[in-house]
Amino acid sequence: MTANDILIVENLVKRYDGLLATDELSLTVREGELHAIIGPNGAGKTTLIKQLTGEIPSDGGKIIFNGRNLRRHSEPKRSHLGLARSFQITSLFQNFTVLENIRLAVQAHSGHSFQFWKKVDENKKLNEPAHKILQELELEEQANTPVYSLSHGAQRQLEIAIALATKPKMLLLDEPMAGMSGEDSERLIERLAALKSRYSILLIEHDMDAVFSLADRISVLVYGRAIATGTPDEIRDNEEVRQAYLGEES
Amino acid sequence: MTISSRHILNTALLVFLGLIPFITDWMGDSFYTGLVARILILAIAALSLNLLIGYGGMVSFGHAAYIGVGAYCVGIGAFHAFEDGIDWMLNGYVQLSAALLGSALIALIIGAISLRTRGVYFIMITMAFSQMLYFSAVGVETYGADDGLTIYLRSDMLGLIDLNDEKSLYYLIFASLLVVLYLMHRLVESPFGNVIRGTRSNEARMRAIGFSPYKYRLTAFVIAGTIAGYAGFLMANLNDFVSPDMMHWTRSGDLIIMIVLGGMASLFGPLYGALAFLMLEELLSSIPLTIGGLHVGEYWQLIFGPLLILIVLFARNGIDSFLPQPRKSS
Repeated sequence: MTANDILIVENLVKRYDGLLATDELSLTVREGELHAIIGPNGAGKTTLIKQLTGEIPSDGGKIIFNGRNLRRHSEPKRSHLGLARSFQITSLFQNFTVLENIRLAVQAHSGHSFQFWKKVDENKKLNEPAHKILQELELEEQANTPVYSLSHGAQRQLEIAIALATKPKMLLLDEPMAGMSGEDSERLIERLAALKSRYSILLIEHDMDAVFSLADRISVLVYGRAIATGTPDEIRDNEEVRQAYLGEES
Repeated sequence: MTISSRHILNTALLVFLGLIPFITDWMGDSFYTGLVARILILAIAALSLNLLIGYGGMVSFGHAAYIGVGAYCVGIGAFHAFEDGIDWMLNGYVQLSAALLGSALIALIIGAISLRTRGVYFIMITMAFSQMLYFSAVGVETYGADDGLTIYLRSDMLGLIDLNDEKSLYYLIFASLLVVLYLMHRLVESPFGNVIRGTRSNEARMRAIGFSPYKYRLTAFVIAGTIAGYAGFLMANLNDFVSPDMMHWTRSGDLIIMIVLGGMASLFGPLYGALAFLMLEELLSSIPLTIGGLHVGEYWQLIFGPLLILIVLFARNGIDSFLPQPRKSS
């Protein structure tokens, strides 16, 4: 544990009716690092993300983000501290346009919303940052398209765009490539590589090519525990990991 | 902004409504001014409820309670002015302030508790609270209990407007409708309205991006309740009568039917819905048909029910679906 750890997870526990989804899990993410988490289905990866964001309460352990213990911080509060997530199962504002989706995330971080009169359409403080993100993620052409008529690939892009619009310090990306075509996921790998320098990222992903090309470090999660953490090379050579997980695929 | 055929239609409707007193004068039957005035008041209440149901996804099943609270503020004031000679209680501004503050406070209490629940529980708990108010009104003997309270003196607006003049009252109601329509138009497109609509669309995501929806939803609940309280103030003056029946849960149901009938996701929907609902009631209940000794008109709901089901089945957004569509709907 060093001073430049942005996220420190210590002995985190989550129990579901006697099933230990997260079992005394400890891990750290360094500032500016892309830390990938891999593991078989049911290893507790999404549960971990939900605990980190505060969507579900933890049954034990500690989460320290940017020097702050998150125990008493609600999910919205954690977003304001700089923790942003994308969802494994696309979770957008379906009947809003792409621009409106991003603008709402910008709005969440532009002071309170007890403003009853001025139209959001005409609010520069919300629209300019939103357009910047549209540009960055190459979603400009679809700015006024309602989300429900967007392709799956574009919806996955928007997932990340919304997370970025909250001005985060750290991104928690839950299988951002889920269901993407080969071409789309390659574009996303490039995109994540570019984001890497600006944000600390915790990445959950099944696509091993993506994980091994992007990650600085990888943790392997099995039954709610991190059985190994290390650089991609170390993980590739780790006997225990090969048996528990990689062995099935290689 | 371009002028669409939707705008023309809505404007034409408003102009027509604005001319109603003159049209009925010309027809020589002022009964219809009263009927339309009643429709407009219910449209105001339905518009406020639509902020919750249509834009916020909060199906409040007790909205008539706030109309009742507003109306009783007028009724009780008039009662004491008439019976006990307490003049200040007839002051329209005192009555209006009581109606607005009273309904706001009650909406704050009911909302603060109800908004901790979701879905069917929210529907049931708001209905339960409104029934509590209904039975409270039934229980108060002084104010007529379930017989209600006849208002012998309308609110005294100190010369600014004479509510005893049917035309003046009509235009107060009409102007109120215009103000509420414009208010809703601004509200739903404001940052506040965005939070309300966003929470209806995806509450989990709202929390994930940093919103705490509760306080915004509660504010919307209080705004809607206050506007309904204002509708009650108008209603009491129009009817010269208040009774617990105004707060009964079936009255709340009527408001929801107006919204569903007119179209939830649109600004003007509740107005069209209120017009359709009350015109149909008037029309169907005066069917001069007798089958086997039964007046069909007395059982107008038997015809209205299936009609409503057909509309819900075949038009996803009520009457609004049949009107020219604006460029986008959200």
